[in-house]
Amino acid sequence: MNVLLSMVVWTPMLGALLILLVPRDNPDGARRAALAFSCLTFLLSLTLWLGFRLDTAEFQYVEAYAWIPDFGIQYLLGLDGVSLFLVLLTTFLTPLVVLFSFGDITERVKEYFFFVLMLETGMLGAFMALDLFLFYVFWELMLVPMYFIIGVWGGARRIYASLKFVLYTLTASLLMLVAILYLVGIQAESAAMTFDVRKLYDIGLTSTEQMWLFAAFALAFAVKVPMFPLHTWLPDAHVEAPTGGSVILAGVLLKLGTYGFLRFAMPLFPVAVAAATPLFMGLAIVGILYGAAVAMVQPDLKKLVAYSSVSHLGFVVLGMFALNVTGIEGAIYQMVNHGLSTGALFLLVGMIYGRRHTRLIADFGGLWKTIPRFSAVFLVVTFSSIGLPGLNGFVGEFLILLGTFGRSPWAAAFACGGIVLGAVYMLWMYQRVVFGPVTHEENAALTDLTRREIMVLAPVVTMIVVMGVYPTPFLRAMEPSVEALVARIEAAQARALPKDTASQQPLARSARPFVQGGCAPAEPEGGSSSAGALAGSLDDTPSSHQPPADCATEVRS
Amino acid sequence: MIPTFPAIAWPALLPILMVSGLGLLLLGAGLYTDDEETLGWGALAGLIVAGIVTLVLVGGESVRTFNGTFALDGYALFFDWLFIAAGALIVLMSMGYLGETDIEVGEYYALLMFALVGMMVMAAATDLIVIFLGLEIMSISVYILVGSWRTQPRANEAALKYFLLGAFSTGFLLYGIALIWGATGSFRLDEIAARLPLADESTLLLAGIAMLIIAFGFKVAAVPFHMWTPDVYEGAPTTVTALMAVAVKSAAFAAFIRIFLWGLAPVHADWWVVLWVLAAATMTMGNLLALAQRSVKRMLAYSSVAHAGYVLVAVTSGSADGGAAALFYLLVYMFMTVGAFGVVAAIGRAGEPLENIEDYAGLATRSPLLGATMAIFMLSLMGMPPLAGFAGKFYVFSVAVQQDFIVLAVVGVLNSVVSAAYYIRLLVAMYMTPEPAEAPALGRRPYLIASIVIAAGFTVLIGVLPALGLQVARLSFLSMQ
Repeated sequence: MNVLLSMVVWTPMLGALLILLVPRDNPDGARRAALAFSCLTFLLSLTLWLGFRLDTAEFQYVEAYAWIPDFGIQYLLGLDGVSLFLVLLTTFLTPLVVLFSFGDITERVKEYFFFVLMLETGMLGAFMALDLFLFYVFWELMLVPMYFIIGVWGGARRIYASLKFVLYTLTASLLMLVAILYLVGIQAESAAMTFDVRKLYDIGLTSTEQMWLFAAFALAFAVKVPMFPLHTWLPDAHVEAPTGGSVILAGVLLKLGTYGFLRFAMPLFPVAVAAATPLFMGLAIVGILYGAAVAMVQPDLKKLVAYSSVSHLGFVVLGMFALNVTGIEGAIYQMVNHGLSTGALFLLVGMIYGRRHTRLIADFGGLWKTIPRFSAVFLVVTFSSIGLPGLNGFVGEFLILLGTFGRSPWAAAFACGGIVLGAVYMLWMYQRVVFGPVTHEENAALTDLTRREIMVLAPVVTMIVVMGVYPTPFLRAMEPSVEALVARIEAAQARALPKDTASQQPLARSARPFVQGGCAPAEPEGGSSSAGALAGSLDDTPSSHQPPADCATEVRS
Repeated sequence: MIPTFPAIAWPALLPILMVSGLGLLLLGAGLYTDDEETLGWGALAGLIVAGIVTLVLVGGESVRTFNGTFALDGYALFFDWLFIAAGALIVLMSMGYLGETDIEVGEYYALLMFALVGMMVMAAATDLIVIFLGLEIMSISVYILVGSWRTQPRANEAALKYFLLGAFSTGFLLYGIALIWGATGSFRLDEIAARLPLADESTLLLAGIAMLIIAFGFKVAAVPFHMWTPDVYEGAPTTVTALMAVAVKSAAFAAFIRIFLWGLAPVHADWWVVLWVLAAATMTMGNLLALAQRSVKRMLAYSSVAHAGYVLVAVTSGSADGGAAALFYLLVYMFMTVGAFGVVAAIGRAGEPLENIEDYAGLATRSPLLGATMAIFMLSLMGMPPLAGFAGKFYVFSVAVQQDFIVLAVVGVLNSVVSAAYYIRLLVAMYMTPEPAEAPALGRRPYLIASIVIAAGFTVLIGVLPALGLQVARLSFLSMQ
């Protein structure tokens, strides 16, 4: 049997336990061990991508062992196109966080890296678990290290913020636990008890049951995302967390909420999803606009980035609830994008905070003159976050809007408004921080990026460009799984609501050809892309986007 | 007429006889030495042998003896082993604790053993009168143990309070037994169960059931019969508090479950509503009151009230799975609670209990081991996977959901959130509050640390690999009939 997934999941935990054995007076040993184990995990996870088969929607590298046989609980791991890139994002970001924290964390170093690696195991396990019990275990396992990371190494209000984080998440996920138990109980009436989600997809639920169970699952995931109006823990947690914690929280943890929708809530309860789609699309749009509007008026850089996450995750939810291949692929792509760009933003804010010990926008200005390298990286990341064509954010947002348009043109129109606002608050922030005269003397003496900081940022910037220019391999790997997911949901909805879905299906199909071959962002004329046009007109930078040759021809034909 | 004595199956009585003999030996040895370590090692060795004998007996035939009033089945053996394990951990704790108190060592260990004997009788009894006997053997020993630190006023207060309320509740028990005898004509649970569907479901029976619920409600500290718990738990020596919180509670549940899920199982429809309300109230009040405590010992007292509520959820569900879930929960609860009280004992020092939450400030830096183990116990009590407390709650709530007690399960999980708020407060103190400048040094206490580490080890082990424990709990319950 294949043990590759287990190796990826448990390597960080092994590292964490070894770090506990490092003597307390040797923080460098703990740092190096953490870096070594997180890099090893990344290399192992790369082999997952190399061996990933593109011709099947089935779960790959599946591992199944009986764990609690009396309850039909298994140690069941698997990977498909939905989870592959989220796993890679996790293993990619963790070594960077570890490397950044070399200079950032100076107290209780050993414990910090123990919790970071334990958190990595929790996240990877949650992305790979196909058994609901196992998923729940990993899901809660993430809570403890994140709680300690915020609470021990956080800012002034860290205790309040960490408690709020735990209580919000715990309330929602315990209700999900009751729903899981109910779901499994129904399954156990007709067959052997199992927590295997692949078998639970096919059990027949009444629509009332679907509504209640979906509500419980959706609550747990919506808190994690976080969707408006359940987002209030997020700004507190982000602002108080140390930089490394913010990066992991924004980069990966939030994605577990959206991933949970795709893997569990939507395919398990397709009928309820059909009924809830207007509500969730509405909340997503409110989140996009509200998050952007609140971000605009933040005086604190970190809070601005935190609220921008609310806005960006609104796009992801919108794409998912478009319920077509384009929208969901865009949503997954955007999850990875957001992990990269927001992760990088938090890293940059952390770097400047380490120098100036302030995060207020008003305390900066004219950084381009004093620290040009920092400002240049900041510029790329800002553009990526806005969705400038040629960078990764554009691809995701474009696919999401395209998919959403197929479901509801109005929703797409409002979401475009969110993109405008996104460009406004990001560029306005960038302008105030980087351009203009140096108004504060302290800023004149700042040192530019160090070698280690460049080593942290370079991989992220590279990926931002690569994913913006050549999305095909990513989209192609997602496609079979996403198609299967959409087909499963549509088939279930068609069985339950023949009239409703009859009118929706043609739209969903019409959106599909755009992504076949993974060439969706290759918009040859540029003019028909509202997202590109908006972003391009606002940032006043000539679009450097060149569609890949093979894609361009395909779309034209 | 010469009375004929029923045949007695002596091998089946071995665990009880061994622990009784151990108690007498310790009482005698206590005349010659009052060294808590020497006597402690003796008690520990004896309990380990008794534990091994109990394990050997597992899997044998179920034996009924004393004219069917006493059973040595898997159910009794499960609890025997639980009591012996709890007893051994508490002996280990006591070896590092008694030296700082004025407690008479020999009497203390002897009474501890007698209390265990009473519990084992309760777990094995299949007759209401024998249950009463076991309860009395246990209770009287524990009344004395609570007051065994004679020079401490608060221990005296606790002992008196516990004795008065305990005696009061025993009255309810006897009254209930009498009424049930009146309704069914038997003290034996199997006969009661056999006659119940036939018996007229009279007021007599219902009143008897109500009395039993009140009596056991006192012993397991269910709301609204929990009033004594915080005062008594706080006043008693910490090792005795641990004994009450885990072993006394488990023994009361052992008898409670045997009576309600076997003897009174045919009239489940009559009593589940009462237990439903009791379970919901116990969880909610226990957790809400724990939120308001500054003393960690009182907080754990209220938390033990709340955990009785989780076990009651399983009992309310009423099926075989419900019984098994209750057994499993008591097992995991034993390890995490003994461990938590062990840490409380390890923080305190002679004359200075140091039980307030402020005394835990910076504990993780002062003693990383105590901090980490206490964190494990708190997270497990909270129900965080992959620790034992999660496995226990998972089983309890899954049974409740499957028996269609969904609202009760929701009340239960929301209570877990409330409980997280106060367990986390301890984590905040230990990990996120700087230690005070004049923090008292922690003594070297190898025995206490050993018991804490063993408890933490089992808390993690059962959490990660719950399959064996679940199966044992299920088979134990099923062997009851």
